[in-house]
Amino acid sequence: MDKEQFDGADDLVGRSSEKREYSIGEILRERGVSRRDFLKFCSAMTAALALPAAFSPKLAQALDEVKRVPVVWLEFQDCAGNTEALLRAANPTVAELVLDILSVDYHETIMAAAGHQAEAALEKTFNDYRGKYICVVEGSIPMKDGGVYGCVGGRSYLDRARQICGSAAATIAVGTCAAYGGIPAAVPNPTGAVGVMEAVPGVTVINLPGCPVNADNLTATIVHYLVFGKIPDLDSHGRPLFAYGKRIHDNCERRPHFDAGQYVEKWGDEGHRKGYCLYKMGCKGPATFHNCPSQRYNEKTSWPVGAGHGCAGCSEPNFWDTMSPMYKRLPNVPGFGIEHTADQIGVGLAVGTAAAFAVHGALKALSKDKEPGEETKEG
Amino acid sequence: MQQIQVHEHCKLKRYIWELPVRWCHWVNALSLVILAATGAFIAHPFSVAHSASDFVMGWVRFIHFTFAYIFTISVVSRIIWAFTGNRYAGWREFFPMRTVKGREKLRDMFRYYLFMTHQVPETVGHNPLAATAYFAVYCIYLAMILTGFAMYALHAPGGAMYRAMGFMYAIFSIPMLHLVHHALPWLLLGFVINHIYSAWLMDIKEHGAEISSMFSGYKFTLKREHED
Repeated sequence: MDKEQFDGADDLVGRSSEKREYSIGEILRERGVSRRDFLKFCSAMTAALALPAAFSPKLAQALDEVKRVPVVWLEFQDCAGNTEALLRAANPTVAELVLDILSVDYHETIMAAAGHQAEAALEKTFNDYRGKYICVVEGSIPMKDGGVYGCVGGRSYLDRARQICGSAAATIAVGTCAAYGGIPAAVPNPTGAVGVMEAVPGVTVINLPGCPVNADNLTATIVHYLVFGKIPDLDSHGRPLFAYGKRIHDNCERRPHFDAGQYVEKWGDEGHRKGYCLYKMGCKGPATFHNCPSQRYNEKTSWPVGAGHGCAGCSEPNFWDTMSPMYKRLPNVPGFGIEHTADQIGVGLAVGTAAAFAVHGALKALSKDKEPGEETKEG
Repeated sequence: MQQIQVHEHCKLKRYIWELPVRWCHWVNALSLVILAATGAFIAHPFSVAHSASDFVMGWVRFIHFTFAYIFTISVVSRIIWAFTGNRYAGWREFFPMRTVKGREKLRDMFRYYLFMTHQVPETVGHNPLAATAYFAVYCIYLAMILTGFAMYALHAPGGAMYRAMGFMYAIFSIPMLHLVHHALPWLLLGFVINHIYSAWLMDIKEHGAEISSMFSGYKFTLKREHED
């Protein structure tokens, strides 16, 4: 990661422009958000960032002082599910907080402006805050045939991504489509869909995969950027370690049932009703890194495994292809047609080998072979 | 039969398999059985626990991982021994294709197996066909070890083992690691069937104490040390 790119954050905090910039603390007080709610939010963010509780007051102090950061939200090949996830975040004012902390200057789904007005808003942020705004990208970018498979405002997604992401302080790819191409990139990937990192190499991208992104992780990432002035530590897939540093299987509330040996055998059986481990039902928790078990979705209400359905592995690259079939533990064997498991092939191989050698052994038992040295005697 | 006059059927006792070779063989054999059994349970567990406080899968996995380490040490030791042990343990044994003489032996053994001759070829060290197979088997061992530890390291991302396995994650998706680790033992099972059968066959046909040599280290051969 290019360190110089984040010096922009300091500028942002101490920026002195002609018009007075209010700090986040000031804005929140003005909006009638109580101090208590604000501190609760800071505690939640401290927890989401996997920081010690002692950081909570520091976070509050820092957030009190920092200025809002301009954000543009670009949608490409997506279902707007990540926007939905963000808007449905109903935490004590988390949605408000997010939208207040983020000065969302451009967002196709929720902005009031349309057409040329909307494009003008984007243009303004791009020109006024070059190198200082945050670009949030939702959806994959089609690359095939020069990127003709998607356009907004008369320009291809690829073209827009190159321009807007290229001049952002950082780009946050929310959802698996923006991070790795997601479902549009699944085989046969007719549009040549890829994630932002691949479409616009060289720009600073933070991947927040998941289908949809957990809004708490997005908020926490932005809070991290505001407070520390840099992006969080990332793993080899560009995902923040605070949210993707542990495997679902290792933090799962059903893990004791896995270790004990208590499994759901079929949907709706006694084990399923008792909340046993979903390992045999094709749960991809052992192959997936995400903080779902601890952070959960929708106000920490629940998450797939908590609700009785195995993990689909949605936050891993190419999950639609690599993690399928969804309800089986292992992928099908390539080249053997669908529904051929490794075990069927293996049993066939073992039985075939045993049969072949049984026949061979029977024939050899009947055969009058000469042991070494006997040839000289007879020959 | 130049120095000592012995009867033409009198076989000579020869020390072939050194102690580390025999140890590695039996440690591998034991490990494979235990790893296959525990691995089968991990792949297809059945609900045996009566309470969530039981630890059946936990113990099975513990045994699997313990033997995974033992097996890895054994395999690595054997590879090292291929460069330090005697000629029968040496790495050249496993590539009979390299030499004219090796190819000849390979052809004779092949002809014998395909019922094209009744003459049992004498093998002093490794059966050339078997040795060729062992190279493939060791490749499978290494693939099993790498995929196994790549999956094992996922419990501590960012750790030393995880970082060392980085190239594996670049090649394979995690479900593919599971599939490869699950499919290759079937090939090993095919090999084991073949291996036990061939040991039995050659013990009977060759009369060289093929099977007991893997316990004692001694085989019985017509040729003497400097004659082959």
